[in-house]
Amino acid sequence: MQSNAPNGAAASTSATAAQLAAVDDAIARLRDLPGALLPILHAIQDELGFVPPASVERIARGLNISQADVHGVITFYHDFRSAPPGRHVLKLCRAEACQAMGSQRIEAHLERKLGVGMHATTADGAVTLEPVYCLGNCALSPSLQCDGQLHGRMDEQRVDALLAELRSGGRR
Amino acid sequence: MTATVFVPRDSAAKSVGADAVAAAIEKQAAANKTTVRVVRNGTRGMLWLEPLVEVATKQGRIAYGPVTANDVASLFKADFLQGGDHKLRLGPTTEIPYFKKQQRLTFARVGLTDPLSTDDYTSNGGLAGLRKALAMQPAAIVEEVVQSGLRGRGGAGFPAGIKWRTVLQTPATQKYVVCNADEGDSGTFSDRMVMEGDPYLLLEGMAIAGIAVGATEGWVYLRSEYPDARAVFTEAMARARAAGWIGDSVLGSGKRFDVHLRIGAGSYICGEETAMLESLEGKRGMVRPKPPLPAIAGLWGKPSVINNVMTLAAAPWILQHGGAAYAAFGVGRSKGTLPFQLAGNIARGGLVEVPFGVTMKELLHDFGGGTASGRPIRAVQVGGPLGAYLPASKLDLPLDYEVFAQAGGMVGHGGLVVFDDTVDMAAMARYAMEFCAIESCGKCTPCRIGSTRGTEVIDRITANDRRAMNTELLRDLCDTMQHASLCAMGGLTPMPVLSALKYFPEDFARS
Repeated sequence: MQSNAPNGAAASTSATAAQLAAVDDAIARLRDLPGALLPILHAIQDELGFVPPASVERIARGLNISQADVHGVITFYHDFRSAPPGRHVLKLCRAEACQAMGSQRIEAHLERKLGVGMHATTADGAVTLEPVYCLGNCALSPSLQCDGQLHGRMDEQRVDALLAELRSGGRR
Repeated sequence: MTATVFVPRDSAAKSVGADAVAAAIEKQAAANKTTVRVVRNGTRGMLWLEPLVEVATKQGRIAYGPVTANDVASLFKADFLQGGDHKLRLGPTTEIPYFKKQQRLTFARVGLTDPLSTDDYTSNGGLAGLRKALAMQPAAIVEEVVQSGLRGRGGAGFPAGIKWRTVLQTPATQKYVVCNADEGDSGTFSDRMVMEGDPYLLLEGMAIAGIAVGATEGWVYLRSEYPDARAVFTEAMARARAAGWIGDSVLGSGKRFDVHLRIGAGSYICGEETAMLESLEGKRGMVRPKPPLPAIAGLWGKPSVINNVMTLAAAPWILQHGGAAYAAFGVGRSKGTLPFQLAGNIARGGLVEVPFGVTMKELLHDFGGGTASGRPIRAVQVGGPLGAYLPASKLDLPLDYEVFAQAGGMVGHGGLVVFDDTVDMAAMARYAMEFCAIESCGKCTPCRIGSTRGTEVIDRITANDRRAMNTELLRDLCDTMQHASLCAMGGLTPMPVLSALKYFPEDFARS
């Protein structure tokens, strides 16, 4: 995630010029695709890590649809965020196959270690914890996905090793 | 001579360290001044053995597993490049009983080849089905699929050939083939394995469907939870287009068929076919009432074949070998093979492709080796989050669409999730309602409201708050959801709930 933003803290409320430029770029590139709204939202989130609320109006104008339509789509899908996530996003599977292998224990361990619950970001901005319902790794449960990378057969030790790696800046 | 070593690139293998193993092998080979060609193949599906490393020898491919990066030095010392003995040596891959006892039609190439190599694909039977289809009349292709008895592998089990015939016979200026790759059911990963391990197979199947029904465009709706599948499939589309397999003139036939990929955004309901169409069109994934059937008015209102990855991936074999050959596998009206997925608390989890008619016991004990925890199996959920929980006493049931329906369950996408005797089935029933509440599209009341009321009622039952009355209320609520919901999400959520209540009533009465 690039941050040419002069003031990163302003990101969650008013978007920066660089962010709006990224939004406009995604709209310009993808608006002619059939069913362009999801590809545009994905492109914005891939670039910025979230979809700034200020982009709703621009997307609506770009696609000639109502702001309500854009807002409705953003809020319907679990993937789209309206605020920036932590530096790392950790998605823990809560579905049946992982439950059968004790994922609730991993969930409790993660929440204790990170000091936050699901859908929240640690105070230092390092990690955002989110639930996910199946990662397709059901023979090697419990599973989680960290910044898009799949990890199977998670136990407390493997979780701790992963968190230590994230905190030491070993990734990204 | 350069030795060839296979280390899977499948995300399941990578989730337990395959990338580190591949890197360690390259590094050790360099240190030993040995030249090694590392091929990143798909997975053989014996997932408990991942990372499963194979070496090509004169005696065929020899398997070692599960290999960690730390084992690599000792493997070289044991001369594994020549198939040398080592504590992780498993012998010839195809002789491992788990693999040998399978009947791999759809998964014949998965794990065998480099998924992105077009040469590997064609030299292992790839494109034979599509070439045959191109030499046939569209109606004849459809009839071949009808004759095969192939039924929708996504869960509903509707005969694929009948669906194709409807689209073929519906006149339109534009038709589509839509591939449902929103494999959201817990306990299933066969779609992912094909898209990561043999992506051209799906493209070939889609092209066959397109040629059969007169569709020039294919759309794949892939869930965002599968970034590796996205990467492999995106590259496969580009290479297939460059090779002339898809595009303006499929294999030089003059017939056009091209494929687009769209990524979902974390919504389970978008695996429901009409919600998926809405999502492809860039909208909220709200379920559409049927009729009209998508085969008549589907994507952007045009006639659309909508099939799951497994259904489309079965088409090349059927065209290559004939519908009758496919129908020779299986039992009753469940024809062919199903790639079963053994998941959850299972000792030997993975993918087992065998003909329909295999019993749960054969799958879970003979293949699966019982639970991973070593404790007794108490419950098995078959067919995803909307499938029934069956007790260990039902393990003799054969996997057959009709037999399962009669027993109050469903085969679904062929996933079996195993639980040992520590499971709390009232909690699982509650989770089924909770999941429905989280993922409901919200269009119909029984699903949107019923799911939330369902969790509350189950909480009252387990807390012994007027238990008999609330149990009656739960049954009544399930009846409403089952019969008044717009789609299978609300309609089938009662299945895990009521089966848990039926087979495990003691779990609801612990306090």
